[in-house]
Amino acid sequence: MSPQKPKKPAVEGWFDMDEQKPRLVGSRCAECGTVYFPAEKVFCRNPRCASSDLPEVRLSTRGRLWSFTNNCYPPPPPYVSPDPFEPYTVAAVELEAEKMVVLGQVAGAGVEDLEAGMEMELTLDTLFEDDENEYVMWKWRPVAA
Amino acid sequence: MGKDVAILGVGMHPWGKWGRNFVEYGVKAARDALDDAGLQWTDIQFVAGGATIRNGYPGQVPAATFAQALGWSGAQVASSYGACATGAQAINTARTQILAGLCDVALVVGADTTPKGFFAPQGGERFDDPDWLRFRLLGATNPIYFGLYARRRMEAYGATEQDFARARVKNGRHGLANPNARYKKAFSVEDVLASPMVSDPLRLLEICATSDGGAALVLASEEFARKHTTRPVKIAAVSTVTPEFPQTVIEMPNFSTDSAAGSQVPDTPFKDSIAKRAYEQAGLGPEDMDLAEVYDLSSALELDWYENIGLCKPGEAERLLNDGDTTIGGRIPVNPSGGLSCFGEAIPAQAIAQVCELTWQIRGQAEGRQVEGARVGVTANQGLFGHGSSVIVRS
Repeated sequence: MSPQKPKKPAVEGWFDMDEQKPRLVGSRCAECGTVYFPAEKVFCRNPRCASSDLPEVRLSTRGRLWSFTNNCYPPPPPYVSPDPFEPYTVAAVELEAEKMVVLGQVAGAGVEDLEAGMEMELTLDTLFEDDENEYVMWKWRPVAA
Repeated sequence: MGKDVAILGVGMHPWGKWGRNFVEYGVKAARDALDDAGLQWTDIQFVAGGATIRNGYPGQVPAATFAQALGWSGAQVASSYGACATGAQAINTARTQILAGLCDVALVVGADTTPKGFFAPQGGERFDDPDWLRFRLLGATNPIYFGLYARRRMEAYGATEQDFARARVKNGRHGLANPNARYKKAFSVEDVLASPMVSDPLRLLEICATSDGGAALVLASEEFARKHTTRPVKIAAVSTVTPEFPQTVIEMPNFSTDSAAGSQVPDTPFKDSIAKRAYEQAGLGPEDMDLAEVYDLSSALELDWYENIGLCKPGEAERLLNDGDTTIGGRIPVNPSGGLSCFGEAIPAQAIAQVCELTWQIRGQAEGRQVEGARVGVTANQGLFGHGSSVIVRS
C-alpha cells in the first residue's frame, strides 16, 4: 500500500484532476443554454434546438442534496470493491445554475450524517487502486464537514 | 372503438430460480396460452418476442428462437428490447400488426434466465456505455436508484420505513395463492424491518429479486376473436412513451438529469406520462380502473406508482395504502398478483405477466386473489434508458 502510486482519473475528461479546485467538465449549448454532464459535444439534445455549438464549461462546485442512499453489499464488477468490502454512500445533488442533479459517491460521511437540502461540495477522492495506480473520482461531501 | 385487440389466451411458466434455458420457459408459457385460446401453434401468423441481453444470441432474437422451438411454421417474427419495458414493446408490435390488418392472430412471448444477485452490466471495458460506467464509477446498482427515490419520498412527503414495509406486507399477502409466484410467504412489518439493509432506507425484503420465468399472450383481431369466444378480454391501449425533454428526475443508468437551464420543464413528468398516454388512447381515466398491476421494483416505488398512474395526488400514496384502498377488497387493489415482491423480475416476461394477471382477474379466474367485479385494469412499468410501459385491459 505505497502512498507514492501515481494518481489517475477513473474516467478521462469528465473532471479536472486538481485536488485544490476540482471541477466537473460539462458542455453548454451556445444557442439555448442547456448544460450537459457528461459533456455533449456533437448535438444539443433539446428537441427545439438544432445547435451543434457546445463549448466546454465547468459546473458549479456546490449544490443542495436532493436525496441520498448507500450500498451495504458489494456490487458486481466492473465496480472494484476493496477487500473487505466497505459500504459507500451515494448522493444526488441539485445544481442551481445548471438546473440539474448530478450523482456522486459521498466522501467522509454516511447516510446518518446527511439530510435533504444540505449544502454539498465537490471533492476528489480515491475510488480504487491497483498495483500501478490510484484511480480518482469526483465525490460530494457536506460543506460543513 | 375499433382500436381494441382481443386477448384469446394467456400463459405463464412459474417464476423461480430454475436455472434452465430460458427457451423452455417461453415455450411452456406459449403452449399454455395456445391451449387457453383453443388454437394450434400452426394457426399463429405472427410472433413478437421480448428480448433478453443475458442469454446469448438466442436471447437477442427471441421471436425466431421461440418459433424454432415450437417448430418452424413460416410465421413472421419481430424481436424487440426495451429493458424492463420489453414486454410492452412486444405486445405493441403484435397489436399494431393486428390493427393494421396485416395479420389476424399473433403470439407474444417473453422469457428469461437470470444470474444470482444484482443485475450487472455486460462485461469488458466499455467506457462508452453509461450502464457499465455507472457501476464502475459510482457503484450505482439498481437498488441505489431505488434508495434515492425512497429517501426522496421520506424527505418530500414524510413517508416512513413502516409505510414502505406495509406495501411489501400487502403484496406478500396478495401473492400467497398465486401458482406462478416465486415467493409465497406472508411477512409482518416487523419481519420486513428486521431484514438486512441493502440501500438505505430499503431492506432486503423490499427490493425485487431477479427471477427466471416466462409469459405469453395470444392476441387476435376482434373479428377473429368472435369466431373463438363470446367474451374476449381486450387490450384497449398500449403506451410505450419516452420522456419529454428535459427529464429532470434522475433515472437509471444516468449520472445526471437533463438540465432545465435551456428550456421549460414539461407539464407532465415522465413517470406520470406513462399511464396518461394509455388512458388517452383508451378514452378512460384512473377513476374508471378496478385494479392495477404496477412495477414494485422496491416497496417504496409501489407508492410512487399510485401517484404516477393517477390513483391519488402526490404525497397521498401512504394514506391510500394505509387505508387499505389498494388491498384486495379495497377501492382500487394494486398488485393482486403479489407484484414483483412475490415474483422477482424476469425482465422480458414481466410486462407480459402483468397483462396475464389482468386477464385472469377480468375473466374471474384469479383463484385465491380475485378482485370482485374486475372489468378494467391498468399496468405500469418503466425500463432504464427511457422506456415507459402501460397497458389497459378491459372486458
